[in-house]
Amino acid sequence: MNFDDTPQEAAFRETARKWVDANAPKEFEQELSKSSLGRIRLAKHDMVEVGKAWQKKKAEGGWACLHWPKEYGGRGATPIERVIWQQEEGVYGKLTQPFQIGEGMCGPTVMAWGSEDAKRRYLPKLASGEEIWCQLFSEPSAGSDVAGLRTRAEKKGDNWVVNGQKIWTSGAHYSDYGLLIARTDPNVPKHKGLTMFFLDMKSSGVEVRPIKQANGMQEFNEVYFTDVVISDSQRLGAVGEGWSVSLTTLMNERMSIGARLATGVPEMFEFCSNLMLEDGLAIDDPAVRSKLASWAVKSSGLKYTSYRAISALSKGERPGPENSIGKLVSGMMLQDIATYAMDLQGAAGVLTGSDEETVHGQFQQMLLSSPSMRIAGGTDEILRNIIAERVLGLPGDIRVDKDVPYNKIPTKGR
Amino acid sequence: MNFDFSDDQKQLRDQARKFLTEKCSPKAVRVVLDGKAPYDKELWKGLAEMGFLGVAIPEEFGGAGAGHLELCVIAEEMGRANAPVPFSSTVYLAAEALLIAGSDAQKKKWLPAIASGDAIGTLALFEGKGNPAPKAVKLAAANGVLNGVKKPVPDGAIADFAVVAARTGSSGRDGDTSLFLVDLKAAGVEVKNLTNLDPTRGQAEITFKDAKAEPLGAAGEGWSILSQVLDRAAVLCAFEQVGGSDRALEMGRDYALDRIAFGRQIGSFQAVKHMLADMYVLATLARSNSYYGAWALSTNAAELPEAAAAARISATQAFQHCAKNNIQVHGGMGFTWEFDCHMYYRRANAMALGLGSLTYWEDQLIDRMRKKNAA
Repeated sequence: MNFDDTPQEAAFRETARKWVDANAPKEFEQELSKSSLGRIRLAKHDMVEVGKAWQKKKAEGGWACLHWPKEYGGRGATPIERVIWQQEEGVYGKLTQPFQIGEGMCGPTVMAWGSEDAKRRYLPKLASGEEIWCQLFSEPSAGSDVAGLRTRAEKKGDNWVVNGQKIWTSGAHYSDYGLLIARTDPNVPKHKGLTMFFLDMKSSGVEVRPIKQANGMQEFNEVYFTDVVISDSQRLGAVGEGWSVSLTTLMNERMSIGARLATGVPEMFEFCSNLMLEDGLAIDDPAVRSKLASWAVKSSGLKYTSYRAISALSKGERPGPENSIGKLVSGMMLQDIATYAMDLQGAAGVLTGSDEETVHGQFQQMLLSSPSMRIAGGTDEILRNIIAERVLGLPGDIRVDKDVPYNKIPTKGR
Repeated sequence: MNFDFSDDQKQLRDQARKFLTEKCSPKAVRVVLDGKAPYDKELWKGLAEMGFLGVAIPEEFGGAGAGHLELCVIAEEMGRANAPVPFSSTVYLAAEALLIAGSDAQKKKWLPAIASGDAIGTLALFEGKGNPAPKAVKLAAANGVLNGVKKPVPDGAIADFAVVAARTGSSGRDGDTSLFLVDLKAAGVEVKNLTNLDPTRGQAEITFKDAKAEPLGAAGEGWSILSQVLDRAAVLCAFEQVGGSDRALEMGRDYALDRIAFGRQIGSFQAVKHMLADMYVLATLARSNSYYGAWALSTNAAELPEAAAAARISATQAFQHCAKNNIQVHGGMGFTWEFDCHMYYRRANAMALGLGSLTYWEDQLIDRMRKKNAA
């Protein structure tokens, strides 16, 4: 048992470190180091532009999408090399946020289901950040039950005509392409009538509208489709096979090992170490200590769980299912920590400005943003189902709409 | 990075599991649970023959000379099997205290006897309610004899010798405490068995009246040695707790698959699935924290105090949670004496207190994290 690199890993790390050291945009290092929670914002620069420049540089140096094959813009690196790269890229990895959906979900789907021509045309530009992709799955009435989606694609000659609405689309407003799942046959059960496409987001009839979220910010979009025409050559997988194709996408969503999720623990520890209560420092209070300790062991537990997965990759093995717990644990913890930090602030905890008592409102912002951590990318409940079914082998849910034609499924609760 | 046990260590774990499945069935555990024997003597003998008792004891003292990682994988299996033997008191507490502070003669006398299964040892620290603290040690040592009462002493009624914490000074500081070795079969020692939450591991009250004692380690070093012993034992116990958590989770999962209610497997109800998923989450966090503790223990790293506290807290929470909800998944059947659920519930809650309470270890963790942050 040790934390050391193998000689090959150490050599790879050295190469990566040198390259990052020589090429990273150091002028943003401090700003990026500070923002540990939530979305990244740069005070004086456009995040997407800075990100694109970094991604392009990485692509030229052979460090973009490095686990992809070389012919599609990658480096042909092993999974452990990808993890080492992420560690060495460090805070600059935050600049890749606009490309994560493309790299993590859309790219692998095109790679698995696209034609050779499509792969050579789209993947290298996706890898280099020249073209940004978004994912058009969720709908207002199809979230966890995404197979219940309503957006229609109807065949007209060699083309498809799309009408409907998507929601929660990150980056739709700056994306060049979108991965779209739509209903092509409403007369068969819901999973069987879906087809996957990709489309140019500048197509006529595509309208992107920002969503004002519960936390007051605007990070996601609604995307409306009105008679949008898509060529049949932009179909991924067979007609009616969209559900299987989407599983490739979603499986990749949950595969990101080594990506450390924010837990709020370091911020909370620092806060309690400095906060004066009536009887002394908060961190000397037994009740505070008890809570802090419980959060600290969750946070360290997640860290060492990811180390176990990295060790498996290092040995060329497939990591076990234990990595599936990350978002479930950290999402709830963020919310609990935010609530408790504000409790310690007492009446001033209600203030959301840059007041000194509330440490510039960071926990207030965490409180307002944390509900999304428990919903996006699989709700807590869906994640528990996944653990119960795929890890523990418990039966799947009884699905009353499984064999019912889509257009016969009730659409209203009452 | 190789944050995992080696293939040899995993093989040892498989070997231990196979052995315990055969020799330590729930039926065997129940003999002790029902008070028909103070511990499973046959199993104890078998563990010695397998080399498990002395796995971390150097060869020159009669052990296998493997190491603490090997002891960790065995500990996990002991917890899984709910083994009714004085393993933790003898191996994690007494043997570790001897390894840290024993003279050559003391090691030669007791360690081979531990490895061969001929001697049961324990640590006599507590004096009634409360957590480990120098001030709580009141038992007096003077002129080579001890006077005072210790309770609860784990496996005290069946132990041959004890490492005893005693007061040798009155400065009010850590240096007031010294450790002694006492032959519990000698004159001046009175042992009374106490009833406790988990009858598969006994607790006793030991009264010392001018009992002969020899110093273990230097005078005034008692607390410093004890802190190291408790940290090591915290990691090793965490592995038992991880083993117990996994077993309780499996029992719950298996029952949820077998039991039919409302015309379907109860494991198909989300309320039950989610309860089991949450058990898995805590058990996984505990396992990962314990692996870090194992690394720190086996390399005697400076991180051991923090790693041990984290492993202890995480594993205690996981085992208590899994044992509790295993009963809940079983419903009424889980509350019968006949089903094994309560054996894990008892063990989980007894283990949560054995080295000091959860609150005590939470307090320790925060102190240790602060120390690290300050450094």
